[in-house]
Parts: sequence; C-alpha cells; structure tokens
Amino acid sequence: MNSSLENYIIQIADNSLILGQRLGELCGHGPSLETDIALTNISLDLFGQVRSYYQYAAKLQGGDANEDTVAFLRKENEYKNVLLVEQPNTDFGYVIVRQFLFDHFHWLLQDKLQSSSDETIAAIAKKSIKEVSYHVRFSSDWIRRLGDGTAESHERIQQAMNDLWVYTDELFQMTDADIDLLESGVSVDLAAFRDEYYARVKSVLEESTIETPESKYFQKGGKKGIHTEHMGFILTEMQYMQRTYPNMTW
Amino acid sequence: MNLDEPYIEEELRGILNGVSDPEIPVLTVLQMGVVRSARIINGKAVIKITPTYSGCPAMDVIGEDITKALKNEGFDADVELVLSPAWTTDWINKEGREALEKYGIAAPLEADADKDALLGNKRIVKCPQCGSTNTVLVSQFGSTACKALFKCEDCLEPFDYFKCLK
Repeated sequence: MNSSLENYIIQIADNSLILGQRLGELCGHGPSLETDIALTNISLDLFGQVRSYYQYAAKLQGGDANEDTVAFLRKENEYKNVLLVEQPNTDFGYVIVRQFLFDHFHWLLQDKLQSSSDETIAAIAKKSIKEVSYHVRFSSDWIRRLGDGTAESHERIQQAMNDLWVYTDELFQMTDADIDLLESGVSVDLAAFRDEYYARVKSVLEESTIETPESKYFQKGGKKGIHTEHMGFILTEMQYMQRTYPNMTW
Repeated sequence: MNLDEPYIEEELRGILNGVSDPEIPVLTVLQMGVVRSARIINGKAVIKITPTYSGCPAMDVIGEDITKALKNEGFDADVELVLSPAWTTDWINKEGREALEKYGIAAPLEADADKDALLGNKRIVKCPQCGSTNTVLVSQFGSTACKALFKCEDCLEPFDYFKCLK
C-alpha cells in the first residue's frame, strides 16, 4: 500500500511520463525539422522531471525499487495520469492543443509547488518551472499562429480544441492524495488556480480567433487509474523492453 | 553562506578544470557552473553537481568523468546530484561565456532581452561568426535542451544561441 506522499508524487509525474512518451512517438516524424526538435526537446524536459520524481518515489518505497521499476513495471490501472495526456497524436493540431491545454496547467501547478512544504517537491518545481515556461511559450505561439492562420489551420485547431476540451476539468479534480496532504502544505489546492487557468487559456484563444468550447460534460477517470482505450497501446510500447528483458540497462 | 557562489577546494580546482561538458567540449564543468561544491572530507572528494536542464543527458557522463578524473589523481570520489538551488545561466562565468562565443555559440543575454530575442521582437542576438545582430530566430529549441537555433541574415550562417535560464 503506497503512502499518500508516494501517490502524490506518482500522480504528478505520470502526466509528464505519458505526455513525454506521446511526444517521443513524434521523433523523426514532426512536420518540420524545427518542430520535430522542439517536441522531442519538450519530451526530454518532461522525462528529466519524471526521473527526479520517480527517484524520490523509489526512495520512499525502499527495497529494490528504482526509477525504472516505477516507470515501467506498473499495470495500466496503477498509472494516475489525466486522460488528456494519453490522447493520440491525431495530427499536428491535436498535438499542439493537447500540449497547450497541459502546459498552462503544468506551469500553474509547478508555480504553486515551489512553496510546497516537502523540500524535494519544491526543489523539483523550482527547477521544472524554468523549463515549463518555454513549453508554454512554444505551444501558445503555435495556437496563435495556426488559429489565426489559414482557414484550414484555423478549422483544424478549432476541431482539436473542441475534442480535447472535455479533458480539461479532470486536471482540477482532487484525489485522496491531494486532500490528505493539503493540511501539511505538501500538496496544493487545485481549485485555487482553476479560474486563472481558464482565464489564461481563453486569453490566448481570443488572440488566436479560436472559440472557447462550452461544455457541460467532462471526461474523467485517469487520476483513478481508469484510462481511455489508448493507454494500453502506449504502455505496450513503453514497457516492451523491460517486460521482455527484465532489469536490462543501457 | 551564499548558495549561488560555488565552494571549490583549491586542491580539486585543477582536476575539475580538466573535465569538460561532453556536449560543449570547450566549456569546463567549472566555467559552466554545474559544480556547486567540491570538498575533501576524510580524504574523500565530495562533489555536488547540478543539472542545467532536468533531462540533460550529459549529467550522467559529467558525473562519471569527474569520478574518473579524480581517481586518476588518487582521490576516491563521491558525486552527488543536487537540484536546489536550480541552475541558472548566470552561473556560466566570464571565461565560459568567452569560450562559448569563440566556439560559435552565442552566449545567453539578460532575461528581459532574452525574451525579446526569443519572441522575435528585437534583433539583439549577436552572430558568433561575423558579429552582426541582424539575426533571426529559427527555432526556440535547438540541438540540445539548453540552446535555441538562430540564423544570421548578413553572413547567412545558422548558429546556436544558449538560452537564458533564470
């Protein structure tokens, strides 16, 4: 049975792991050399942050646990990432919208975590936020460029925004770990920056001539380990090496 | 104690000066500012290093290279990775900045200026080949996590710019 602190670390890190894996799929397949390099750079930043979190989680777990066992040897329902990050790379529009919707959340979360009472979580946040600032800039620039671009690019971004919007509410869903660690100041109250998140997102969408979707229904489940049909395929590819050759290292 | 100021024991300085960044070989780990402290404790060299970017793949190699260099000089080494305080491009020292420019990588600007440069508002990044500031951003992300890609519109050479990280 994991402690709340382990669960908390894992739920934060899993978002970055699965998004990093999704972006990694684009290595060599980006629409241009520059975007290819940018997306994989972002992936690398996310994996770097994940390593820090999983090393910490493994230390808490003790025994033979290490960052690789945490990353690769869990079952699907043990991954606690939000549904948004596991959505497929349908086209560049979807890739950018997914990134944009996550980056603004990620930045605000890391900003708050800088003052977490847990020293390691605060240190990772202070390091990560500098990197995430570049991610936010990159994805927001592309939303503007494509949203306010040609009729075709506008339509594609609008379509992706409409489709992925239903996954935004889950970002702010409080888990047991979130609630348990609130009083001690380790975790942060997600509701406290929910309005700011939507305000920031909407402001970029307005500049981009993209309509903010109005949805009353939101998809949730990832934070409880109930994933969309895409998750199994991601894990199959990601875990292949460790499942086939257990404990292999570079 | 000022945490922004690294503490390097003199006896170890010379050895560490011989270890360079595997991705930017003209820059030593001391010029780069990734070594935060180097002390000799009970005859053992205890080194603390900090990553430039969380995902920087060079960090593992830097740790190994430092261990090897110290071993060659008869020291047992203990290299620890620390995250706090987080590395900033301000820690690249003057010699480091000069070495970067000479190598063909534009050194980081101040934070405000950097934003202008990366947003394409102003042409202020100096081409390390010809010195012109008539340069344009090609991509905010370059060949490694710490660099952006620029092009000089006068000499037409593409070049790396070391992104400001504060």
